[in-house]
Amino acid sequence: MILTIARREFRSMFLSPLAWVILAVVQVILAWTFFSSVDVFFTIQADLTMIKNAPGVTDLIASPLFEVSSIVLLMITPLLTMRLISEEKRNKTMSLLLSAPVSITEIVLGKYLGLLFFIIALLFMITLMPLSLAMGTELDFIKIFSGVLGLFLVLSAFGAAGLYMSSLTDNPMIAAISTFGLLLLLWMVNVNTAAMNDDTSVLAYLSIQAHFTALLRGILNTRDIAYFLLFIFGFIVLAIRQLETQRLQS
Amino acid sequence: MSLLISVNNLTRRYGDFCAVNNISFELAAGDILGFLGPNGAGKSSTMQMLSGNLAPTLGEISINGVDLLENPKAAKASLGYLPENPPLYKEMTVTEYLQFCGRLHQLEKSALDSACDSAIDRCGLSDVRNRLIRNLSKGYQQRVGIAQAILHSPPVIILDEPTVGLDPIQILEIRDLIKTLGKTHGIILCTHILPEVQAVCTRVQIINQGEIVYSADMDDMLSKQSSKFEITLMENVSVEKLANHHVFKSIEMIDDFSFTAESDLTADKLSEYIVQQQWGLTRFAPYQTSLEQVFIDLTTGDKETLEDNAA
Repeated sequence: MILTIARREFRSMFLSPLAWVILAVVQVILAWTFFSSVDVFFTIQADLTMIKNAPGVTDLIASPLFEVSSIVLLMITPLLTMRLISEEKRNKTMSLLLSAPVSITEIVLGKYLGLLFFIIALLFMITLMPLSLAMGTELDFIKIFSGVLGLFLVLSAFGAAGLYMSSLTDNPMIAAISTFGLLLLLWMVNVNTAAMNDDTSVLAYLSIQAHFTALLRGILNTRDIAYFLLFIFGFIVLAIRQLETQRLQS
Repeated sequence: MSLLISVNNLTRRYGDFCAVNNISFELAAGDILGFLGPNGAGKSSTMQMLSGNLAPTLGEISINGVDLLENPKAAKASLGYLPENPPLYKEMTVTEYLQFCGRLHQLEKSALDSACDSAIDRCGLSDVRNRLIRNLSKGYQQRVGIAQAILHSPPVIILDEPTVGLDPIQILEIRDLIKTLGKTHGIILCTHILPEVQAVCTRVQIINQGEIVYSADMDDMLSKQSSKFEITLMENVSVEKLANHHVFKSIEMIDDFSFTAESDLTADKLSEYIVQQQWGLTRFAPYQTSLEQVFIDLTTGDKETLEDNAA
């Protein structure tokens, strides 16, 4: 049941130009970043050989690429998630799902899973770029794996927040803007504490960026992974509760 | 026959406003129940509650013997619902859409194709089955909506204004379809179009201001009409004069020459009787308590006439 809804969600994304445009735009921007950092690497390659424990290709090309990806996708994900639920409400198609033998939890999970399929496709396209370097040099695959995992968790978290925002309104534009606002706030909520270098503060813990950076460095820490899983779980539960409440009130 | 829907003391409030007030009714297999009411009477709210789109404030709903509130998934499995606005994913083709609906209702792969084909066939969608729903006319979109509701051949079908936007020939086709379906399923038909109810329904219910004010079998309603006549004579008549003739009951004057009266006599006997009295009979017609009359009386009249009619 969840899969049926997820499949339809995934397919309908590709039935509108939006998904294709997003894939293309993201790919062009990131390819340019990737190309630039490869170029930089070649110019400083000679100097690197002089340094002991110099950063490798993975550190200089793959990790920055993932970092840029996360910022680009911070802006793009709201566009993907905005119509998940709000459009169903606006087009009155929600009643098809609600009158079918499907629970609200299944509807929300189905939609989220459909979004995850898309995120995986996006991530696959991004990962191909650093992996292509394996033809010419040795890569730190563990670090790449950790980076990809980090990016996946970050995008999944973005998606969950967007899903919740989409359940609040029947206007996709409002959902997109509020998702973007929320994500940006959570991204940089630690700006002032970071300046104080205080890792233990609440604000530092709340920041998405702080947890992502650790993964980019190749540090697989349960604390960070738990943060993302809690984040995702929290917003999905909120979205389910929101829809339940709307059934009671609307 | 088994009860497909039973609704007990259903109430729905929006804040202080009470949209549906303590209504109860039942639907048996083979019934086509016409659900009538003016705008804002609570029709759509009732249908939304029956289909699980809206949670009731109070009351019980059971569909095919399963409680909708306690066991929503099992109850909804026996339900096909066409809301006021057909819930269509416009970026899909008709076949894709129906297959998705079938999967939502957990049809097996083998059953899915045949169910889609038969729904497409029944609703006359064969010519457009591979077109995008977005590009279909309103009438065809409406038919896709109906196809969706009957796809998994549920025991209970709820249709909220199914013939909106259809042309006259399509309307007749859909009415025939509803009649055919009504033989094996229980159908609730929500509509403003009174002749439609008269044409297809076996029972009629009128809801006004959240309460059911009228409920009758269609046959009863029609047979009640036949004992009342509208009579016009050449000469002046009065209630007193007519009351002497015991063939007339509950006489109501329309003007000096015309009156309506009920009678135990059949139409031919009664007309014969009047002719024998040599009153100069000019017009003799069975009185039309059409559904429209009942509807207008009930939804605009004051409480008193309301109760008269309900009695």
